[in-house]
Amino acid sequence: MPAYQRMLDPTPNGPHSGESPLLTTVGLTKRYGDFLANDSIDIDVWPNEIHALLGENGAGKSTLVKAIYGLIQPSAGEIRWRGERIVLSGPSEARSRGIGMVFQHFSLFDNLTVAENVALGLDGRESFRDMSARLEQVSKTYGLPLDPKREVWQLSVGERQRIEIVRALMQDPKFLILDEPTAVLTPQEADQLFVVLERLKAEGRAILYISHKLEEVKRLCDTATILRGGRKIQTCNPRRETAASLARMMVGGEIREVKAAAGRQTTIPRLVVNDLSLPPDEPHGIRLEHISFELKGGEILGIAGVAGNGQDELFAALSGERLSNDPGTVVIEGIAAGHLSITKRRKLGAAFVPEERLGHGTAPRMKLSENALLTGHAASGMVHHGFIDTAATLQTVDKATETFDVRKAKRDPEAASLSGGNLQKFIVGREILRSPAVLVVSQPTWGVDAGAAAVIRQALLDLASAGAAVLVTSQDLDELAEIADRIAVMFHGRLSAPLAASEATREKLGLLMGGSSLEPREAAHAVGA
Amino acid sequence: MQLVLEKRTERSNTIALVSPLIAIGLTIVTMTILFAILGKNPLLALQAYFVAPLTDGYSLQEIAVKATPLVMIAIGLSLCYLANAWNIGAEGQFLIGAVAGSWIAVKTQGTDAGAWVLPVMLVLAAAAGALYALIPAICKVKFGASEILTSLMLVYVADLLLDYLVRGPWRDPNGFNFPTTADFDPVATVPVLIEGGRLHLGSIIALLVVAAAAILLGRTIKGFEIRVVGAAPRAARFGGFNANQLIILTFAVSGALAGLAGIIEVAGPVGHLQPGISPGYGFTAIIVAFLGRLNPVGILIAGLFLALTFIGGEQAQIAMKIPLDVTKVFQGILLFYVLACDSLILYRFKLVFPNRQVARGAG
Repeated sequence: MPAYQRMLDPTPNGPHSGESPLLTTVGLTKRYGDFLANDSIDIDVWPNEIHALLGENGAGKSTLVKAIYGLIQPSAGEIRWRGERIVLSGPSEARSRGIGMVFQHFSLFDNLTVAENVALGLDGRESFRDMSARLEQVSKTYGLPLDPKREVWQLSVGERQRIEIVRALMQDPKFLILDEPTAVLTPQEADQLFVVLERLKAEGRAILYISHKLEEVKRLCDTATILRGGRKIQTCNPRRETAASLARMMVGGEIREVKAAAGRQTTIPRLVVNDLSLPPDEPHGIRLEHISFELKGGEILGIAGVAGNGQDELFAALSGERLSNDPGTVVIEGIAAGHLSITKRRKLGAAFVPEERLGHGTAPRMKLSENALLTGHAASGMVHHGFIDTAATLQTVDKATETFDVRKAKRDPEAASLSGGNLQKFIVGREILRSPAVLVVSQPTWGVDAGAAAVIRQALLDLASAGAAVLVTSQDLDELAEIADRIAVMFHGRLSAPLAASEATREKLGLLMGGSSLEPREAAHAVGA
Repeated sequence: MQLVLEKRTERSNTIALVSPLIAIGLTIVTMTILFAILGKNPLLALQAYFVAPLTDGYSLQEIAVKATPLVMIAIGLSLCYLANAWNIGAEGQFLIGAVAGSWIAVKTQGTDAGAWVLPVMLVLAAAAGALYALIPAICKVKFGASEILTSLMLVYVADLLLDYLVRGPWRDPNGFNFPTTADFDPVATVPVLIEGGRLHLGSIIALLVVAAAAILLGRTIKGFEIRVVGAAPRAARFGGFNANQLIILTFAVSGALAGLAGIIEVAGPVGHLQPGISPGYGFTAIIVAFLGRLNPVGILIAGLFLALTFIGGEQAQIAMKIPLDVTKVFQGILLFYVLACDSLILYRFKLVFPNRQVARGAG
């Protein structure tokens, strides 16, 4: 392309001469009450392009793609398909025009086979046998191996995602939306997915790729549109940007660095798990098998793994939401606690932060002071002779607000009215203010904005350096690399031997997350570390 | 232009207070139309329903008498409903309490039993109501049976038991074959507060129950447990609260209160055990509980209001020949509006003008 033509090209990364964009949004706006989820967003997505939609949680990415996929109606603005204005009545119309979508949360029936699940998502004009044959062919063509006859509950998360992708591809979409597809994949599985996406792009399709992982966007995408607070900040070529410059656009400022305090000491073991096995409590739940680890004071142990490999079950067993018949399986501060209730474990000095903020960590429609009481009633002097000390509960709210910079509209609002990041800061703060000996925390920064995530990670580091034992379960390998001293991996209800953080490379963790074991020599070395 | 229901960020406390009043207003409007359709003068009918009973001392006392069982039962039900346990069988627990308490009254009839009789009747009635309520609660906890169905079905069992007793073993020999026990002895009767009046000690007990419930729910950790288990079961489990224990507890308490209300009604205003001692108190109390926002003070006010409709209904029947069933229609419509208006606590109406609104949003 001659230089003058490049200069006239309206898109920043150039090479779309002679074509028109496949899909355009013009001033797309979606309003929920007073809240503008999308504020007049313009994007162009071209054929042969992988277009990233970058932004923090709550930036409006999901709202935008839901409008494009016909799941919600925009309040204003329009969507143009090949230059022509369209109004989508629903996802089936979007699909019939050639727009496909793979959701972050799968909509699959566990008890049905792969083929039956795919059939349910199609319009059913072809026979089941033809459909199955086509399914096998599509999955072969794109290198997405699937056995149509297997039932979904037997499959890994990566395989389930393949079903969703194949289901979308069977409709031959010209435009495919993927919502955070790598969130549930191991690094190796993600690499395989990228090969598939490159191939789809080469076939002339357009891909809209939602993510907040900067490195993979730089690697994979031709164009990136950055959203923040419902507005479009910029469209750029991610390969010409640095991860830091993309992060600045996403967050709108610099992110605080997290630092471990000096002088962290490893003392006596404060949390010990001995050969913990637990049968699942629901039909397709995960069985915990022979889990053992030891966690000393001043130490942070990270547990990596793809979601659904037993992390929730482990959390329930550690917190006492599920009890074990053998008291010795969970030892808190030297006391066998496997048979003790969550309240008694809290009295031993343990504190817990579950993954789900609303409905598990807090009662959404109750005030923060009441939510302070929820976990503080056991051991924080908030209850005298059965009567609640309201002043003490409010004091906890004020302290957490001050120490962890919780932003809220009034002194004591309902939990549900806080943003995800602020509520998570409150929940983590509520537990840390009790000065726990052991903190078990699951997905501490899931869906939290970068500023809040930094505050929370720093708080965990500070708690450890004050002598507490901290167990962090996370799917975010970068997060674990940042704060954990040792990292173990959960796979199919088993926990690998922990690796020292310095030796836990993405490749090694990825292998463990996929169920492979490391070389014997290496594994032995890791145990010694 | 379009009317949309829009979610509020936080529940509106103003609407939580005002919503029952809106519901009452809408009910009155609906009733006005209904009276007009029935060919009655709506203004006179409303006057008979809501104003006339408030103008003489006898009716005022009678309102308090009717409100007493309603409030006591509704307080118990509100504890259940807050804990997400659906006791629909208060009517049965009320009848069983009445039967169990009456047993002492019948057995001591004509003897020179002392002042212990009434207290023992009250305790026994509460215990019987609690045990009866525990049947659906235990079925729920042990076997997962729907407490809505089991508690409701047990109402008919209690009703038939009472019927059998007053037609059979407990029938008054001098009662001309009417299905009723003999009038209770004075020691087995709830004393009246004003000589020659109708207001009795039960009303005082009801007020004490209201106060106790207010303290329980507002100030104690047990009350907090009840509220959390209902509002967010998983968070409650995380907090260390046992939902099954609370189902048992709230059912037992509400059964005890219903049973107590039953014996107070029989040993008070009625004076003997007979069929039809309850004009559906146990069911009307469900309306009272919700109209009162599951709040003890709210329930006290709602109980007085529903009692007014009972008395007003009687007056309207006498004065204007409006069928007594219209009172039930009234109560049903009221519950409907109460539940409908509750959505305004979490949502609000908004007029949307699509184009102009967006212009503002974009700018």
